[in-house]
Amino acid sequence: MADQTSSGEAYWKANLRIIIVSLIIWAICSFGFGILLRPMLSGISVGGTDLGFWFAQQGSILVFLALIFFYAFRMNKLDKEHGVDEE
Amino acid sequence: MDQFTINLLFVGASFALYIGIAIWARAGSTSEFYAAGRGVHPVTNGMATAADWMSAASFISMAGLIAFVGYDNSTYLMGWTGGYVLLALLLAPYLRKFGKFTVSEFIGDRFYSPTARLVAVICLIIASTTYVIGQMTGVGVAFGRFLEVDSTTGLLIGAVIVFAYAVFGGMKGVTYTQVAQYCVLILAYTIPAIFISLQLTGNPIPALGLFGNAADGTPLLQTLDGIVTDLGFKEYTAHNGDTFNMVLFTLSLMIGTAGLPHVIMRFFTVPKVADARWSAGWALVFIALLYLTAPAVGAMARLNITQQFWPEGATGEPVALETIASDPAYNWMKTWEQTGLLGWEDKNGDGKIAYFNDGDAEAKAAMEAAGWGSENELTNFNRDILVLANPEIANLPGWVIGLVAAGGLAAALSTAAGLLLAISSAVSHDLIKGSINPAISEKGELMSARVAMAVAIAVATYLGMNPPGFAAQTVALAFGLAAASIFPVLMMGIFTKVNNKGAVAGMLAGLITTLVYIFLHKGWLFIPDTNSFTDADPLLGTIKSTSFGAVGALINFAVAFIVSKATSPIPQEISDLVESVRIPRGAGAAQDH
Repeated sequence: MADQTSSGEAYWKANLRIIIVSLIIWAICSFGFGILLRPMLSGISVGGTDLGFWFAQQGSILVFLALIFFYAFRMNKLDKEHGVDEE
Repeated sequence: MDQFTINLLFVGASFALYIGIAIWARAGSTSEFYAAGRGVHPVTNGMATAADWMSAASFISMAGLIAFVGYDNSTYLMGWTGGYVLLALLLAPYLRKFGKFTVSEFIGDRFYSPTARLVAVICLIIASTTYVIGQMTGVGVAFGRFLEVDSTTGLLIGAVIVFAYAVFGGMKGVTYTQVAQYCVLILAYTIPAIFISLQLTGNPIPALGLFGNAADGTPLLQTLDGIVTDLGFKEYTAHNGDTFNMVLFTLSLMIGTAGLPHVIMRFFTVPKVADARWSAGWALVFIALLYLTAPAVGAMARLNITQQFWPEGATGEPVALETIASDPAYNWMKTWEQTGLLGWEDKNGDGKIAYFNDGDAEAKAAMEAAGWGSENELTNFNRDILVLANPEIANLPGWVIGLVAAGGLAAALSTAAGLLLAISSAVSHDLIKGSINPAISEKGELMSARVAMAVAIAVATYLGMNPPGFAAQTVALAFGLAAASIFPVLMMGIFTKVNNKGAVAGMLAGLITTLVYIFLHKGWLFIPDTNSFTDADPLLGTIKSTSFGAVGALINFAVAFIVSKATSPIPQEISDLVESVRIPRGAGAAQDH
């Protein structure tokens, strides 16, 4: 019983770590590259405009997709490692 | 065959398909009505979620808002997709593990408080009803054009159809119907975009064509920037608005996405917790197909429209009235004029229609010098007509126009139906069965669900006649409300041990501040001319009413933490519940109670 609780805690901590890293990437690619950091990316031109414009209109969406699939894959593995997956 | 007959054929065929599926999969028991018996595969569920999600706002309205504003309205693109990351990481798996049918059931149980449940239901009803108002605006535009009547008549006809449609089946009917609707709407959105991208850039993929070159070798976006600035409009790719408001607005849309009941409910319908994680990803794949195309549709349509009014470029002659009357390339102007959403007037009597920004001194002086008068003569161009008019503007074949009409109706209908379902379940399951009359029979519950739908659609239709904004803007308000009220408590319910009093105080604080802020800018209960401020000059700094949701959410979090700290901690069994929700093992089928 005690084992299960400590495993549950380790599982939850690992989960929170993955969530935080993912959300940092999420914020940098949308609010960062798409809006606030766009002036910094203005030197990199993409089809008649700059990289920040691309991130705002398309790049951020592609990053979101990658993040969700990465999270699902990583968590389903983590569930098994900690023995908390559904039978 | 004339265009009206073609439209009728396409719309009729698509409707026959949806209704056929709805009858085939009619809901029997209450649990089927709400959650389709949990037998839905993640990919199917993702596709249905995408159809449910992409409403009149995404399909009909969004590209138009991007087209006429440019880069600054990228907020819609990031906001309405970024929320899925929050859903997948912060909510979906835990709510599935919790295993109840509705969002407010989770809130009621987790915060061991019927009051919390009641407040959540009220928040859900307010957000969903605002959302349906936006949908009805889109329904009015789509039916108005399709039946060739004005948009108010279109709205009334549409309302009757939406109601009949939503009453037919529960979620199960809706799930499979929505898969069909997704297919219709994605084809309807991408096929014309492919044609137009080929015409303008030679690239068959619109998302790539947007960054491609026109036939003369100049990048499309550069050509567009050039012609719009010549006419006195703001540069398309530039950042012209307020940065702070742009960030807040994007954030509001994102967290609102993760707080809307009709989307969250979808994740209750997958078999396992692991599937709930995948489902959010699949939903976003299907959504991204449209969202990656939308900015291309916007930019290309803006270029096409501008060039139609200035066939020789901004320094040449504007289009003549005679050309509009006789050239078939301008037929779209006449058909859309009937809806009352497009208008032009030869103000200086020179027989030409000059379209430019007469608020820009330089452009105005240049137009006067060229002899085209000092006023913009394209007097009305409703943003919501852009996507539906797009294939006509680009002179695409009749069947493409018919397909787009069917797609626009599919988008508006599917979301309206999903929302009505969420409203009706909130009223019958949570409000009546959960609080007012727990002894209600299953039949009585279904009956009250249908009455609630009828009332919701009547209110939405009435307000849809004088909407607080274009479809996507009204919908953005609904997101602000969901962001300020529901998302924070769901998150605190899973990730913290905030207590019952904290949750109730937080929800009320978030909802009331946001609602009041919106009403101050958009009119009380959205009744025109009762507003004290406008979004052009908002009450607080540069924060527009559409962006206030993020502030409301912050208030919600803050109030909940403070009140929770000051009152007694949660009981042991709730603490255990929180621990169990965090771990996937043991997620059985959901229980009704």
